[in-house]
Amino acid sequence: MSDADTLSHSLPAASAVEEEPSHPAYRHQFDDMAQQFEASHLGMWVFLITEIMFFGGLFGGYTIYRSLYHEAFADTSQYMNIVLGAFNTSVLIASSLTMALAVHAAQTGLQKPLVRFLLATMALGSVFLVIKYFEYSEKFHHHHFPGPNFHYEGPWARQAEILFSFYFVMTGMHALHMVVGIGLLSYLVWKASKRVFDATYYTPVEMIGLYWHFVDIVWIFLFPLLYLIGPHHMGGHS
Amino acid sequence: MKHHVVPRKHYYLVFLALLCLTGTTVAANFVDVGGLNLLIALCIAFTKASLVVLIFMNVRFSSPLTKLFVAAGLFWLFTLILLTFSDYVSRGWIPTPQPWQESPNRNVDNPALH
Repeated sequence: MSDADTLSHSLPAASAVEEEPSHPAYRHQFDDMAQQFEASHLGMWVFLITEIMFFGGLFGGYTIYRSLYHEAFADTSQYMNIVLGAFNTSVLIASSLTMALAVHAAQTGLQKPLVRFLLATMALGSVFLVIKYFEYSEKFHHHHFPGPNFHYEGPWARQAEILFSFYFVMTGMHALHMVVGIGLLSYLVWKASKRVFDATYYTPVEMIGLYWHFVDIVWIFLFPLLYLIGPHHMGGHS
Repeated sequence: MKHHVVPRKHYYLVFLALLCLTGTTVAANFVDVGGLNLLIALCIAFTKASLVVLIFMNVRFSSPLTKLFVAAGLFWLFTLILLTFSDYVSRGWIPTPQPWQESPNRNVDNPALH
C-alpha cells in the first residue's frame, strides 16, 4: 500500500515524464496506471479462457450424447419450463446491462450510480437464482434428478437420465458461478461505497464485469441447448 | 489513463437487441424446420454472445493483444469440440480388428469332436 508511494520515486525517469502515478492503487512494478490496467485485463481474459475450456468440455460432452440420443433428448424438452427459462435469460441480459452501466459509471467517476448499478446487478442475479431454485424443485418433485429415485415416462428413461445429468451439472456449475459473482459484487459495493474507484482506477469493477458477462454468455448457450431441444408439440414420438 | 468510454446509448441498444434475439430464438423453436432448428438456435446464440463480447465486454476497443487472446480461446474451444466430434462421427469408417470369433464349423458342443 504505502510502500508503493515511497518506491515510486525510484521509477525510471522516462515513465515519470509521461505520467506521475500517484494513485494509491498504483503498484511500483508497472510503468504507469495504463500498463497496470492492461496487465490485469489480459490476466482476466486468460482466466476467462480457462473458464471457456471448462464449460467447453461440458458442451462437447453434451453435443456427443445429443447426437447419439437425439430423439430422447428432444423428448425431454416437454419437461423444460420454457417460460421460466426465457424469463431468466432476460433477467441475466438485464443484469449484464446494469453491470455495463456500473462500469460506465466507474469510468466517468459517478459514485452513487456506480453503487446503485452494482446493487441492481446483484438483485437481478438473485432473481435468477430464486427462479432456478423453483425450476430445480419442480424437477426434484417429478423425480427428474438423476440417481436411484430417477423416474421418466416413456421408452427413453435411460437416455433421458443422461440429459438430466447434463442439465443439472451445467446449470449447477453456472448457478455456482452466479453465486461467486454475487459475492464478488458485494465486495465491489463495499469498496465503491468507500469511494475507492474513480475514472483513473476502476480495475476491479471492469474485471468482475468481464466475469459477470462471461457467466451471462454461458447461459446464452445453455438456454437454447437445454430448453429448446425439440419443437414443442407434445407427444414425444417421432 | 485513457480508456474508450462507450456511450450509454450503445449499451441500451445492445440490451434491446439481446432481448429481441431471445424472443426470436423462443419463437423459432415453435416452428419445425427439422435439423435447421438447431442451426438457427446456435446462430442466434453466437450473435448474442458476439454482442456481449464486443460491446458489453468492450473487446471492440481493447488492445490487439487482448483480441488475440480472445481469438485464441475461441480457436481452442472449436478445436476441442471439432476433434472430439470427428472421433465419434468417424468411428466405424475404417474396419478395425475385431475380437476373435468362432468359425461356424468349429463347434465345441459337437460330441463328435471329442
